[in-house]
Amino acid sequence: MAIIEVTNLHKRYGDTVAVDDVSFSVDEGEIFGILGPNGAGKTTTVECVEGLRVPDRGTVTVLGHDPIQDRGELRQQVGAQLQESRLQDKLTVAEALDLYSSFYRQPADWNRLLEVLGLADKRNTQYRKLSGGQKQRLSIALALVGNPKIAVLDELTTGLDPQARRDTWDLIEQVRNSGVTIVLVTHFMDEAERLCDRLALIDSGRIAALDTPAGLVSRAAQEQRVRFRPSAPLDDDLLTGLPEVTAVQHSGQQTIVTGTGNLLHAVTSVLARNQIVAADLRVEQTTLDDAFIALTGRRLDTE
Amino acid sequence: MSTLQNMSTLQKVTLVEGKLFLREPMSVIFGVFFPTALLLGLGAIPALREPSEEFDGARFVEVWAPTALVLGIGILGLQHIPNVVSSYRENRILRRISTTPVHPATLLVAQLIVALAAAVAAAVLLIVAAWLVLDVPLPQEPLWFTVAFLVGFAAVLAIGMLIAAVAPNTRLANGLAMVAYMVAMFAGGVFLPRFLLPDALVRIGDYTPPGVQALLDAWSGDEAVASAVGVSSAGPPELLQLGIMALIAVVAGWAAARLFRWE
Repeated sequence: MAIIEVTNLHKRYGDTVAVDDVSFSVDEGEIFGILGPNGAGKTTTVECVEGLRVPDRGTVTVLGHDPIQDRGELRQQVGAQLQESRLQDKLTVAEALDLYSSFYRQPADWNRLLEVLGLADKRNTQYRKLSGGQKQRLSIALALVGNPKIAVLDELTTGLDPQARRDTWDLIEQVRNSGVTIVLVTHFMDEAERLCDRLALIDSGRIAALDTPAGLVSRAAQEQRVRFRPSAPLDDDLLTGLPEVTAVQHSGQQTIVTGTGNLLHAVTSVLARNQIVAADLRVEQTTLDDAFIALTGRRLDTE
Repeated sequence: MSTLQNMSTLQKVTLVEGKLFLREPMSVIFGVFFPTALLLGLGAIPALREPSEEFDGARFVEVWAPTALVLGIGILGLQHIPNVVSSYRENRILRRISTTPVHPATLLVAQLIVALAAAVAAAVLLIVAAWLVLDVPLPQEPLWFTVAFLVGFAAVLAIGMLIAAVAPNTRLANGLAMVAYMVAMFAGGVFLPRFLLPDALVRIGDYTPPGVQALLDAWSGDEAVASAVGVSSAGPPELLQLGIMALIAVVAGWAAARLFRWE
């Protein structure tokens, strides 16, 4: 059942079109990723879902409500974590949760939330003294303190160290397992690949593709790469003559063969016939990163 | 949300913001305690606490006491408020509240209540300390003094909020706030006692928030004290002065509410 439905969303700021034409729906209980480079329109899209912005065109329905008209009701049921949002420097963790939980009709037990988030021993610590990871976990706690049906998390792990990122991912999976639908905005491939059930790739205000992470990879996976270091000089023509091979490149001592079909078998057969041993042989699988480039024509991590 | 819930939320937010205020030593020391400390400090100088020819036999500490209050009011309304409010916007605290069922204006109203409470504390401390230690009489027109204090502080707060409303970032807010603060302090006689200022500046000071002359008129029972710097006299303050303070409060407050940027 779709609990968020976005149809032909369009939003501009002055002359800049932030979101051009975006449609998607999010099913109950899934982790839905919105992935794209900075400035692609991800945040504007979720801000329309949260009722923080009024769309210029298109419709948004969340839990059967209009996010602008029924904003009071939706704010009880949608928790949001905003990017680059801080708290008062001298507010303690417990004070923040106690305050924010008082805003909701049926708040979660925030003491339990602190346990789950590993912040129980930081109850009386002021915000300014928390580490980046702890601040982020507190921010997630505040998004969950109202017992929401939907949590919208924007740039969840930006600025965290690798360990804190992995811990945060585990946490998000726990949250989902407790029945919360999650909309995750990110520009990190590994995060999207690890967490999301389905992904919308947004580029320049439009959806470039919408699929499961594996589905997106397989769309771009027609090509594969074999990489090795030949034991003796190798004539490129031996490889380019193969029907499976589309290109041969060299990088230092390494030879990189790109192609389709049963590429690995074709390449190793030729090498064996010529008594060449392939050292450090690797077959490179297509990643979501490659999929993004294949689908949008540009890299994700460049702005 | 029902009105009752809104009230209890406002109460809770105000309590939390009050605690946060008490954790800011600069605001507490300079906004609440400094006016009293400064007046008592000046009162330690014999020449300033004894009747002086220059004021027709009035005492400097009595003439200057409302100026000490202006100092505290200025710190709270023109330094603390613009800084806190613009930093709440810059740190996206207002935005975060917008995602909850509570309107971010609740946080701003709570700030104003906390600032008012701090200003009342500063005034009570100053009046009682001046009375006990320096024999400065208690406000002779308590009702008018309260009115002058409230409209004067409201005007200062409204200007502070207007600065916070339009300044694009905390640094600029602090800069604008400093200018407004300096003007208010100068007109209030903090830098140079008002009897040393040219008459025109003194008259401008009468109408510059928070309105030091109205406070002086309502505070002093002694004609010589109230009129030390000019034409006003002890007793109820001039209604024109109070009216202008109220007008500034309403206009600046309205503009702040209209122009306020939530992000």
